[in-house]
Amino acid sequence: MADFLFNALLAGLALALVAGPLGSFVVWRRMAYFGDTLSHAALLGVALGLMLDVSPTLAVTVGCLLLAVLLVTLQQRQPLASDTLLGILAHSTLSLGLVALSFMPDVRIDLMGYLFGDLLAVSRTDLAWILGGSALVLALLVPLWRPLLAITVHEELARVEGLPVAAIRLALMMLVAVVIAVAMKIVGVLLITSLLIIPAAAAQRHARTPEQMAGGASLLGLLAVCAGLALSWYKDTPAGPSIVVAAAALFLLSFALPRRA
Amino acid sequence: MSDALIRLDGVGVRFAGQDVLQDVRLAVKPGEIVTLIGPNGAGKTTLVRAVLGLLQPDSGSVWRKPRLRIGYMPQKLQVDPTLPLSVLRFLRLVPKVDRARALAALGEVGAQAVIDSPLQRISGGELQRVLLARALLRAPELLVLDEPVQGVDVAGQAELYRLIGRLRERHGCGVLMVSHDLHLVMSATDQVVCLNRHVCCSGHPEQVSGDPAFLELFGGDARSLAVYHHHHDHAHDLHGGVVLRPAHVHGPGCTHGPGALAPGAPRDRTD
Repeated sequence: MADFLFNALLAGLALALVAGPLGSFVVWRRMAYFGDTLSHAALLGVALGLMLDVSPTLAVTVGCLLLAVLLVTLQQRQPLASDTLLGILAHSTLSLGLVALSFMPDVRIDLMGYLFGDLLAVSRTDLAWILGGSALVLALLVPLWRPLLAITVHEELARVEGLPVAAIRLALMMLVAVVIAVAMKIVGVLLITSLLIIPAAAAQRHARTPEQMAGGASLLGLLAVCAGLALSWYKDTPAGPSIVVAAAALFLLSFALPRRA
Repeated sequence: MSDALIRLDGVGVRFAGQDVLQDVRLAVKPGEIVTLIGPNGAGKTTLVRAVLGLLQPDSGSVWRKPRLRIGYMPQKLQVDPTLPLSVLRFLRLVPKVDRARALAALGEVGAQAVIDSPLQRISGGELQRVLLARALLRAPELLVLDEPVQGVDVAGQAELYRLIGRLRERHGCGVLMVSHDLHLVMSATDQVVCLNRHVCCSGHPEQVSGDPAFLELFGGDARSLAVYHHHHDHAHDLHGGVVLRPAHVHGPGCTHGPGALAPGAPRDRTD
């Protein structure tokens, strides 16, 4: 197998694995728009990374983390509804990123690659970031799993039972931020949330426990990555959108299967 | 009163410049059932949130026994329909709970049958029992129940109140309970606190009144229920402020007005 295809496959599979459990929480807690906002802001992170001459992946990770903290703070301090606030931040950070990039004419970047992903151009360094980030998120999810479920079911009950709810909520947002930074190279800033929510939504109909849904979402994500890459390889379609199309097809298929009682 | 589990003194809460609670004094001792009653918007849930430490009062103090274990039964539980969660898994969100312990707790509240059902598909009455079981799994010293009979039919309400009385006997815990209903409170209630942004009056509930419809409805069960009579010694204006009647008589347990000795009498309104 060609080296670049092997890198792409490994990167895609790592992302699919971690997107399953995290995407389930995004669905359960209705955070899809939050994920979208973080991913739009990722482009601003890229611009800042180029400006400050640091690795774009690192810049995006730090940028997303800062935005997650900013969002939590703003949500508590002012009366605008969350979706309004997210809409403002999503589009203004995306635009700010595009404007900032236009001020750097000597920097040659592949804008389409950042917007829609450039999976087949994943380098060894990129792969190391993606594998490391995914492993970190998975490792952190294990001890956080039950507290996260508890605050998803009832935040006040969890607080009375002694859980540090604000810290757990922030931790979840940060995990989403890391995944978005990692996923940018794979599907691009405009398509990242789809990899979080489509496999989880497809697994939902046939899961009986939270773990089944998370595991099923990972599995469907893996399938989508393989199918999307195959489509891209044989038909020369863009890799990122092909993966999303494959995931959407699996989502539609999930309705065809009979629901378990 | 060093034996109290929780003690509130002069607690006041304001939301957006509006007094929601004023000068509330309240204590719950081990093995004691205290019932909060009052109309909509009386601040019952706000008071419960202050007791639980979910909100910081703007004035006064909330004292909790150090390391007090509280079992809390929230007013409602809305779990996203996309989250596949069985009753057992819901109970196992409390650390160190296995199937046997969960089953034992469900047995105490008479809801073993639903242990493997999805949480979103059990009835309102079953959900109330499951929530009570979760509160019990914490081996609570204080049970805080926010409208425990909400969404339960009248006969089921009586049964739930009796159950709460039995749980108090068995676990020796204090109970702080919110009831929306002015008329239906347990005879086992040791103290009734009538709240309308301030404590209107508090004390032991009177024995069952002879309301025929009430006796007919519950038959033999009626003995464990009481109709709580109290006389308002004042009226309320539209904003919940107290309008004292010119020549009024203070009810038993009344803690305000001229001649009241107890602390906790409402201070003059400052707004």
